[in-house]
Amino acid sequence: MGEALTRLAERFTALLGADSVITDPVRLRTYECDGLTSHRATPGVVVLPGTAEQVAAVVRACVAEGVPYVARGSGTGLSGGALPRTDGVLIVTSRMRRILDIDIPNQRAVVEPGVINLDVTRAVRDQGYHFAPDPSSQQVCSVGGNVAENSGGAHCLKYGFTAHHVLACEVVTPDGEIVELTAGGPGYDLLGVFVGAEGTLGITTRITVRLTRLPETVQTLLAAFDSIESGGAAVSAIIGAGVVPAAVEMMDALSIEAAEAAVRCGYPPGAGAVLIVELDGPGSEVAHQFAEVERLCRAAGAFEVRIAAGDAERALIWRGRRSAFAAVGRISPAYLVQDGVIPRTSLPKVLARIDALSAESGVRVANVFHAGDGNLHPLVLFDDAEPGATERAEEVSGAILDLCIEHGGSITGEHGVGVDKSRYMPRMFTDTDLDTMQMVRCGFDPAGLCNPGKVFPTPRLCGEAPGVRKGVHPLVEQGKADLF
Amino acid sequence: MSAPEELPKLLGDCVHCGFCLPTCPTYVLWGEEMDSPRGRIHLMQQHQRGEPLSPAMVQHFDACLGCMACVTACPSGVQYDRLIELTRAEVEREHPHSAADRALRRAVFGLFPYPRRLRALRGPLRLYQRSGLDKVVRRTGVLERLSPSLAAMERLAPPLGRAPRLPERVSARGGRRATVGMLTGCVQREFFPGVNAATARVLAMEGCDVVIPRNQGCCGALSLHSGREDEARRFARRTIETFENVDVIVVNAAGCGSSMKEYARLLADDPAWAARAEALSARTRDLAEYLVELGPRAPRRPLPVTVAYHDACHLAHAQGVRSQPRALLAGIPELTVREIADPDVCCGSAGTYNLLQPGPAAELGDRKAANVRATGADVLVAANPGCVMQIADALGRQGAPMAVAHTAEILDASLRGLGPDGFRTPLS
Repeated sequence: MGEALTRLAERFTALLGADSVITDPVRLRTYECDGLTSHRATPGVVVLPGTAEQVAAVVRACVAEGVPYVARGSGTGLSGGALPRTDGVLIVTSRMRRILDIDIPNQRAVVEPGVINLDVTRAVRDQGYHFAPDPSSQQVCSVGGNVAENSGGAHCLKYGFTAHHVLACEVVTPDGEIVELTAGGPGYDLLGVFVGAEGTLGITTRITVRLTRLPETVQTLLAAFDSIESGGAAVSAIIGAGVVPAAVEMMDALSIEAAEAAVRCGYPPGAGAVLIVELDGPGSEVAHQFAEVERLCRAAGAFEVRIAAGDAERALIWRGRRSAFAAVGRISPAYLVQDGVIPRTSLPKVLARIDALSAESGVRVANVFHAGDGNLHPLVLFDDAEPGATERAEEVSGAILDLCIEHGGSITGEHGVGVDKSRYMPRMFTDTDLDTMQMVRCGFDPAGLCNPGKVFPTPRLCGEAPGVRKGVHPLVEQGKADLF
Repeated sequence: MSAPEELPKLLGDCVHCGFCLPTCPTYVLWGEEMDSPRGRIHLMQQHQRGEPLSPAMVQHFDACLGCMACVTACPSGVQYDRLIELTRAEVEREHPHSAADRALRRAVFGLFPYPRRLRALRGPLRLYQRSGLDKVVRRTGVLERLSPSLAAMERLAPPLGRAPRLPERVSARGGRRATVGMLTGCVQREFFPGVNAATARVLAMEGCDVVIPRNQGCCGALSLHSGREDEARRFARRTIETFENVDVIVVNAAGCGSSMKEYARLLADDPAWAARAEALSARTRDLAEYLVELGPRAPRRPLPVTVAYHDACHLAHAQGVRSQPRALLAGIPELTVREIADPDVCCGSAGTYNLLQPGPAAELGDRKAANVRATGADVLVAANPGCVMQIADALGRQGAPMAVAHTAEILDASLRGLGPDGFRTPLS
């Protein structure tokens, strides 16, 4: 441990107590990665603060020493957004897990960042409400992490992302000040900038979330198709008919196989693709649209349509989908979870290209996606014990992102850029775009200590790390920006 | 497969998704990665790659309750139960615990798996309780200062009544539907004899001839779940011999049933025993599991009482038995079943855990007790003696003693038309 880190560890122990500071190398190593294991870095020190004041004090101490720091919630992120710095401090919010207030008449709850997403819903479900963002990891991911990543989930097609459900955030700014950012006020929408900034603009310590009324009725069906193409056609037909389902999810044969092995969800055997369509809302509306959806599925070639008779059957249908990522562990020693977006209409075309990629490279790709909004989650399977396999898998995974960009989509739908996809940012954005984004970042974090090395491929301003760029930055040259 | 080949393969199954975190009791308490299943697997991986077993590492392995909630939660099928067993065995071999800790472990493992020794303790314990000395000792806190583990042991002992001896055979009422063997357990037999009597009666009333071998010993659960594999194998072989002549072995203690279902794996490398162990595991059933398989025949009489059903980890997570006890309870007229919040999180009993790690065990007991109280039920129903003692102790500490019963006792009361009065006496 460097001298600065040693001093910091002592300072943290004085501030938070010894049981909230981790310096033992073996223990530190358990924090070396989040849900993405392909990037690892053992943090210099881990702290587990219990209050916003403690977070602020830790941040101020880091700033005073010029030491970088990274925030982490439950450690389930899939883009390495919470990858620690070996020369830095990891601030873990897992002990800040109180639900501070539930205000049903005003449809809001105030929670600490370490509160688990699903626990918010559990706390208000009896009163007829829920917290709408529902990432597949909702039983473990933290609300603070949802804010950082602007997490979505299966139901964001209808209900929107985390950004649409956060009303205010108390934030410890990168220089250690505690401020409150609120939605909808006059002036710049700083909350809008903060949510989804992947922890690069500060650490949220208290979140006011919107509570959404539970729908009066929910109807779920599972339709089995011979091929992805006919499943994709059904999706287009449903959306084209003006129906806004709460969720439309598709899984291909390989991911069905994995889910079956993991949770025995009992999907129709022999399906080349299954589509899960969920409608919710007022009873009569749902009943009418549901019949239409069923008809459209059959017209597109569904050979079996199952309608969930109750909560238990619905849960079983969803279990297969929700477990799909981790379940792939049953059919492959290792895998990469990709996250990209394409226009819904390009689905069959892009999937055919992914198939071709897979055939050419001999790398198996399982597909799971939020079909309603064109958010793909290809799972690239490989055996990490086989020499060169990891590299081949990464190549295929990267080529899939190129396909997304080529079709007018995006390199991430909901997992974030983190450390994993920063290198793809220049494929989507021009240098000027990226520089502009970094200027925003400099506005919040002039010292470049707050989760550095994430989102942007080559830090160009704020002196984050040794600059790859040579000479003076054009924006600085033009007098439009300062180098802090 | 031997441990050196098995371990890396099992460790490789973990994809680090973190779904296990919120179900892990120690993560719930402390919110630290290295006290979560994912973190412990990471520590095992470090050790596998050559990092020596340090006291820090061992502390996190020791802190694991072995409740297996993570096994249920894991979408990747990681066999954490096997991993922690292998790791505990490794810790036993390579990392001697402190002298005081060793002495405590010797005492625990020299006492609980031996019904005769437990029985020898019954007399003095009963005298101690009836003399009122127990209250004096608790008030002074002398044991707590001496050893928190001893204090836990003292507090957990349930009030002892007479311990009737069961006959070696109980005949079926009505037409015989099956012949079953019955494991009487160690703690169950000596501390909760009423549960065994109720189990035998219920089975007989449902048409089973119940065979209760007198010479049966410990099934080895405590040893197996603490990494003492050789000791566990000795117990397993003896249990296999004892029960080889019956079609089904019915077990009413969750920990025992789960360990007997593990015999197949425990003795897989022993050519003389592998097949016999596998056969015994295949014939082992939890009482509730068996009664549901058999189907109800005896008429249920009304039992107007509200019960909170507690999932014992070794029943729910290790054996996957969740719906059966609930179905049996719900089948009793006028009985209401309430669910306890956070049912997946262990009560802290976990075999010998509350004796070896009294601090965290008490915290978990308190959380569970609070959730049990919130149900507003009259009776707590659980199918494991360890859970019953642990939760009753915590309820007592909170000044809210509650009646506790085994599923068998509730069924027995309904089948015999005893009414709810038998469950009015709080235990603790």
